[in-house]
Amino acid sequence: MSDLRELYLEMVTDHAKNPRHRGKAEPCTHIGTGNNPLCGDKIVVTVSVNDGIIELVKFDGEGCAISTASADLMAEILVGKTPDEATSLFTGFHELVAGEGNVDVPKKLAVFSGVREFPMRVKCATLAWHTVLSALEQGNEVSTE
Amino acid sequence: MTTASIVDNFPALRQSIGDKSLVYLDSAATTQKPQSVIDAVTRYYEHDNANIHRGVHTLSQRATQSYENARKNIASLLGANRPEEVIFVRGATEAINMIAQAWARPRLVEGDEILITEMEHHSNIVPWQIVCEQTGAILKVAPVLDDGSLDIEAYKSLLSEDTVLVSIAHVSNAIGTINPVQELCAFAKEAGATTVVDGAQACGHLQVNFQEIDCDFYAVSGHKMFGPTGIGCLLGKYEVLQEMEPWQGGGDMILSVSFEETTWNDVPFKFEAGTPNIAGAIGLGAAVQFIEGIGYETMVSHEQELLAYGRGVLENIEGVTLVGASEHNAGVLSFTVEGVHPHDVGTILDHAGVAIRTGNHCAEPLMRRFGLSATCRASLSVYNTTEDLDRLGLAVQEAIRILG
Repeated sequence: MSDLRELYLEMVTDHAKNPRHRGKAEPCTHIGTGNNPLCGDKIVVTVSVNDGIIELVKFDGEGCAISTASADLMAEILVGKTPDEATSLFTGFHELVAGEGNVDVPKKLAVFSGVREFPMRVKCATLAWHTVLSALEQGNEVSTE
Repeated sequence: MTTASIVDNFPALRQSIGDKSLVYLDSAATTQKPQSVIDAVTRYYEHDNANIHRGVHTLSQRATQSYENARKNIASLLGANRPEEVIFVRGATEAINMIAQAWARPRLVEGDEILITEMEHHSNIVPWQIVCEQTGAILKVAPVLDDGSLDIEAYKSLLSEDTVLVSIAHVSNAIGTINPVQELCAFAKEAGATTVVDGAQACGHLQVNFQEIDCDFYAVSGHKMFGPTGIGCLLGKYEVLQEMEPWQGGGDMILSVSFEETTWNDVPFKFEAGTPNIAGAIGLGAAVQFIEGIGYETMVSHEQELLAYGRGVLENIEGVTLVGASEHNAGVLSFTVEGVHPHDVGTILDHAGVAIRTGNHCAEPLMRRFGLSATCRASLSVYNTTEDLDRLGLAVQEAIRILG
């Protein structure tokens, strides 16, 4: 039986209870909305991209501990990256939580390796990532005024 | 059968999740199956497997007889006037869709109204939205009060001469409210409306009498009353069914076919096109016998005792709030835990061997009415015990310890 402690590591519960990146990114250049109809989670991710570099990521909405912590740590790790780097980070992250897991990811993402043992929770861990990538890809330009 | 020995009939309940024995508190999603139902399905496939209503050979006769006996058993359990009032369908969802498309669609005109309630399952909302889109009819919704019961005064005021059809849950799947359907149907009839009761959550828990409720249609889910999945019934008043157009065309639903003219078979066969779920119907027939063996009286008192006990267990945990715990409730405990998302509660409970449902329970509008996106739902059945609810309480406390 998979271990609960592997899923709810201290860093995960800490970021779930006290997210640092809740809110709206200003100026907001990209915005995306994600839904997980199974559990009713909804998330809005806003991004400031300047000169091809992600300067700020914020999220808002309601979600479980896994989706909240994942959104918060994602917001942290994407700062300073290009959209392409964001995509490759997600590829690694997805492999970590839903694949074989033999993958090198930054420490802050590695805390989600326990999710692999809980297949029903993979969608929770990846919701914010799908949302931010769709925002970046669709280039949903939002007025900053 | 005593309630203590009832659990022995359910092989799936004798298992462990990891190192914890299973506590199954998700019967509103689907009930576990007694051995007699499993055996009836197996016996059909092992001995009697044949198509029905069309073979002169022995196996076909046996299969037909078992299938039609199941229809009789259901008619008798649910108080239909005659077996022909029972139409086999895939489940309550298909039953409601059939009414929407075969009864409502040809009859509705622009401006007509369909009245439902705020506590409906999506399967008693979406089929009506579809038929409203097709016909120009308008969907009206009667609100729910804070305790989770229906606002009956508001319901009455929404009934008018424009109300063509009313469709109400007998029991709410999300919070367990038991609606006074007999009374609600009487008001609807006074307004001249045709009445539908969604009985998906009722038949496995409380005595249903189709004639007493006096509705025109009653939707039944087989797998929520100890039967197999993929089988259910639409009960319809015989004269209403006679006038209703067929929904699907195919074999078995016709008397004669030519390229110029086809004539329909009689009720209920007119509505059972194609080879039906024969094994499922036979399994459901066995489920009916299982329920009769226990008796609804025993089931109701057992579940009501458990409900009161479970409410006590949860109310004693700081941070737990019951949602929609009305006075007339079936065995459903819908609750939230302060600071812990239902999805996390579900995972932590599963780890403790306790199976509950978390989410919006296919009742998004009701969740919204309570300002929630999701709840935890522990739902009871005749095989549950007070120990199950103690285990629920301990597991909820564990969730609070980890994440609260």
